[in-house]
Amino acid sequence: MAQYWQEIHALTMRWVRRLSREKFSMLFTLVQPMLFWLIFFGNLFQRAADVQVTQAPNYISFLTAGVVVMTVLNNGLAGGVDLLFDKENGFLERLMSTPIHRSSVILSRFIFVMTITSLQVLVILGVAFLFGVQPATGLLGVAAILMIGMLFGVGLTAISMAMAFSVKSHGDFFSVLGFLSLPMIFLSSALVPLEAMPGWMGFLARFNPMTWAIDAVRPLILSGWTEALPHVGMVVVVMIIFDALCLYGSAKAFRRAMG
Amino acid sequence: MDRAIAIQVSRLTKTYDGHAAVSDLSFQVYSGEIFGLLGPNGAGKSTTLRTLITLLTPTSGTASVLGHDTVREADVVRQLIGYVPQERAIDRFLTGREHLELLGALYHLPKAEAKKRIAELLKLVDLEEPADRPAKTYSGGMKRKLDIACGLLPDPKILFLDEPTLGLDVQSRLRIWDYVRMLKARGMTIVMTTNYLDEADQLCDRLAIIDGGKIKTLGSPAELKVGLGGDIVSVTLKDQNKIPALVSALTGQPGIRAVKTTPTGLDIRVESSEKALPAILESANRLDCRLEFIEYHRPRLDDVFIAHTGRSMTESVQDIQAE
Repeated sequence: MAQYWQEIHALTMRWVRRLSREKFSMLFTLVQPMLFWLIFFGNLFQRAADVQVTQAPNYISFLTAGVVVMTVLNNGLAGGVDLLFDKENGFLERLMSTPIHRSSVILSRFIFVMTITSLQVLVILGVAFLFGVQPATGLLGVAAILMIGMLFGVGLTAISMAMAFSVKSHGDFFSVLGFLSLPMIFLSSALVPLEAMPGWMGFLARFNPMTWAIDAVRPLILSGWTEALPHVGMVVVVMIIFDALCLYGSAKAFRRAMG
Repeated sequence: MDRAIAIQVSRLTKTYDGHAAVSDLSFQVYSGEIFGLLGPNGAGKSTTLRTLITLLTPTSGTASVLGHDTVREADVVRQLIGYVPQERAIDRFLTGREHLELLGALYHLPKAEAKKRIAELLKLVDLEEPADRPAKTYSGGMKRKLDIACGLLPDPKILFLDEPTLGLDVQSRLRIWDYVRMLKARGMTIVMTTNYLDEADQLCDRLAIIDGGKIKTLGSPAELKVGLGGDIVSVTLKDQNKIPALVSALTGQPGIRAVKTTPTGLDIRVESSEKALPAILESANRLDCRLEFIEYHRPRLDDVFIAHTGRSMTESVQDIQAE
């Protein structure tokens, strides 16, 4: 057990070190969602968005939940990228030739991605706060938001890592990533509530786990516990199923790649 | 010979989608020797090596390292070996020292022990000065030295080197050869793949020539060369159109073992060049073949390679590069 911890700690610290050495990349990953989506998009659509439709005091406060979950989505889907590069340059092979527990590399990645994502979510909520968005459920609500983010993020990171292990080249990886990311966002309640969507889009959006996450985060920010709790309960169930499927699939991909 | 066996490979086969990367491979590596797997790219060297370091599971057959099966006792094997991959498996953002510290943790070394060993290794491979710079500032030779230090960190009983000098300049190459010899002198067993004939010749105590997933021949470089027997007479003709005629004239003559055409003439394997030279010259005269150049030499490792695979090492390497 002590050995297992030593491995995971060392491998996690490697991801942290890498990030801290790529200062520009760190800055842009951190700033991009809040700058682009929250500040620009939020303010841009301030008057175009109908308060009657969004059921929120203003568009930014409506959008905050969407930006939080989008950040989880993008971080999760990109979570396997570093492993992909490790695979391509042989570093992964070097790690795997050492007497480590096979799961350590993957676990270290989960820990790292979840931590970075949580920090980013906190920054987004902080910026939203500066624009006057106060979470209705307070700090406990923020904790609930982080939990939902992690539940969603685990499955996404698993998908991403499975893809990293399975694809032939990193070109394939980024094509699939680019293909998944935007439709996931547009076919969810991130930017527009389901009721306001064209029927077929709203229909598809209901099958998007992202919608469930957003529909739980949004009342935590806008309404309060009574409104939010049923949604939170629901999202926990949905995410457990989602994660189980993703983890099962990725475990298979991992075993195939390592066999 | 009752030398201790470090590695035993028995009837190893690995297939990918019905295509056999290696088939029915059997060989032994003795303790304390430098054992080479020589062959062109795609011959099955890396597949064999990856199986030995537990990264691949054989389709059939077994491999054991110091008596431990590479599949059933993979964890034990991993404790005993060091591995230097073919690619520069370096994280460009980490410093040299951080690479070694990371591996120290993965081999579960106590902090103090790791620190001591890392200092020794950095000194050994002459990377003390750049140890705290990110690896992206390293030259190719420095990265290779770091690779080797990483392979040595667990103080392995057996070190596996995959193409240790691929793409290095001559000086770095000689440097790496020196390290390998020094490690052998310390009693380490070394298994390496290479597609350089001179490297195999200079460095390996014994080597297996692999082509098309099969071992073509195995022995010490000297044995392999002597085993080929006789000498090689190389002839360059003025008129290359006469090559086929000369081939048929020489084939089957007493004292001539094999005749192989080259782009400019013939390579003739003979029992003894003193006896065969007059006969070769006479045949050439009779056919009115004007010779541009003639020389003879003892068999070299590339002659061994040609004799066993039917093509020259450089040809097959060029084939791969041309693809």
